[in-house]
Amino acid sequence: MREPVSSPDEVFGVLAEFDRAERLLEGARRARAAGYTRLDAYSPFPIEGLAEILEFSDRRVAWFTLIGGVVGAIVGFGMQAYANLAFPLDVGNRPLVATPAFMLITFELTVLFAVLSGIGAMLALNHLPRLHHPLFEIDEFRLASADKFFLVIFSNDAHFSRDRVAELLGSFDPIRVRLVRHTEPPK
Amino acid sequence: MNVTSTRPGDYAGITHEIVEVPLHYPGRRAWWACFGVALLLLLSFFVSVGWLFWYGVGVWGNNIPVGWGLAISNYIWFIGIGHAGTLISAMLLLLQQHWRNSLNRFAEAMTLFAVICGGLYPLVHLGRPWLFYWVAPYPNTMTLWPQFRSPITWDFFAVLTYLTVSILFWYIGIIPDLAAARDRARKRRYQVFFGLTALGWRGSARHWARWRQIYVVTAAIAVPLVVSVHSEISMIFAAGPIPGWTSTVFPPYFVLGAAFSGFAVVSMIAVVLRHALGFENLVTPRHLDLLGKLTLATGLMTGYGYWAEVFDTLYGGDHQEFGTMLDRLTGAYAWSYWGAIVLNFLPLQLLWWRSMRRNPLVLFLIGLSASVGMWCERYMLLTTTLYRDYLVSSWREFHPSFWEWSLYAGMLGVFLTLFLLFVRFLPTISSFEIKEAMFEEREAHHA
Repeated sequence: MREPVSSPDEVFGVLAEFDRAERLLEGARRARAAGYTRLDAYSPFPIEGLAEILEFSDRRVAWFTLIGGVVGAIVGFGMQAYANLAFPLDVGNRPLVATPAFMLITFELTVLFAVLSGIGAMLALNHLPRLHHPLFEIDEFRLASADKFFLVIFSNDAHFSRDRVAELLGSFDPIRVRLVRHTEPPK
Repeated sequence: MNVTSTRPGDYAGITHEIVEVPLHYPGRRAWWACFGVALLLLLSFFVSVGWLFWYGVGVWGNNIPVGWGLAISNYIWFIGIGHAGTLISAMLLLLQQHWRNSLNRFAEAMTLFAVICGGLYPLVHLGRPWLFYWVAPYPNTMTLWPQFRSPITWDFFAVLTYLTVSILFWYIGIIPDLAAARDRARKRRYQVFFGLTALGWRGSARHWARWRQIYVVTAAIAVPLVVSVHSEISMIFAAGPIPGWTSTVFPPYFVLGAAFSGFAVVSMIAVVLRHALGFENLVTPRHLDLLGKLTLATGLMTGYGYWAEVFDTLYGGDHQEFGTMLDRLTGAYAWSYWGAIVLNFLPLQLLWWRSMRRNPLVLFLIGLSASVGMWCERYMLLTTTLYRDYLVSSWREFHPSFWEWSLYAGMLGVFLTLFLLFVRFLPTISSFEIKEAMFEEREAHHA
């Protein structure tokens, strides 16, 4: 899902703040039921089931981890086999490609590549690092890492209209509803 | 089951208690006192390494046949301590044991710093340390490759991978708390520091979902990684055809001994940290109880390794092996064998009692005893074997020199300095995972 990209002073979305995780879950469910698809929820800790409500079904991180692992295994074993075949060192006629002796480095590189690739994919797909974001302009949003829960409907949603969205979010029993504007890019 | 004694659902209280510590550190005077000691030890590190690099490894007591000396036995001791942090964090995450959340952050930090100390040892042990990169495979004009069939080369890959994975696992686990610190910081320098290190984390549900996927997968990979690393370290020994190192129990014996010494050190850190930072409601007697049980269990398994070694020797019937065993019990280094037995296994028996496990002072002292005992074991395993091999003509005793002891003190200084900086400037307990556990317990309670 893409967040809206636009020039300064245009609307980024409408934000509702909740004091309880249950209200956020309920709000997200009802916003989805009302037909909004471009929305996101923010919480201080991962909430089971929230991503499913937002119809998040991205398994690419797992795939990147797997691919990284397979590449690591091939690189690990291949490097050792290549070095031994290209620069043979005959030790009492023992096999040049000594599979059991090569397994530890193969395993270590499998692990290394899998973890690097998986964590790299997690950050890249999340568009992190991103030090500046329109939501950071909202004062109360600093509590998203402490004890408050936020729901945002983005302005690039097909059904977005400032007043209707604010009215809908207002009906979910939030602490407050705020309009979020695009900000000037940091100088 | 309540994770903490804080009011249920008091997320702000948890955040405040943990994240405010780096922003408004409570016991500055005590911290500076500890940090002063750590810096003195760190000075010892730089002086010892400087002297070593200037004059070469001759300043140590290393000789032929004991070419490894204190550097390598300490290396094994440090890496072993590190393993407990990964095991506590990763294994208990996979088993969904919520009580881990009060321990995992600082246990993983301990892992990082212990692996750094351990990793430095083989580097400074090299005769020409500036050529350390020769152990890495890279295309070079000499067309030289490392010997991939050698455990020494395996070691390079194992430790490098372990260090990298430990750093990344720890870092992605701390990002949400760095964001919490960023959002609470008032001083400019803290805002910039936490702002940069938090990478702009904002707790989006999609971010959390991807974060969860990779966090669990990394944990699942980290557990066999630990097993592989210390098994490999035991191979460095077992690949040498010398009496005393040929027992097939070596890989599990090393891995369990590592976990044992690590749990002992985690217990010590937990006791000190909860007292120093006022985390008594987060690291409760229940956590100490569980740490005590883990220490007891891994300690008994390590004890099995001792027994299996003796059994192996008696059953194998090789008279050289038998000679080494007798020498361990009565020879020049008998102090290290009996030191290991007594310090590792005698105080440990107190942990059978619940009241002892829940007593912070007792747990701390048992942890200290076990970490010293495990140091004796590493020293004993290395020295008693190397100083007497098959040829009587090559028997020679090893005695560490002043510069080896000063480097050891310095290495403890490296560990302490890094750990104290961590305690001072970063959230030492995972606040968001404690909040998550609180929420899930409340959900379960309502359902």
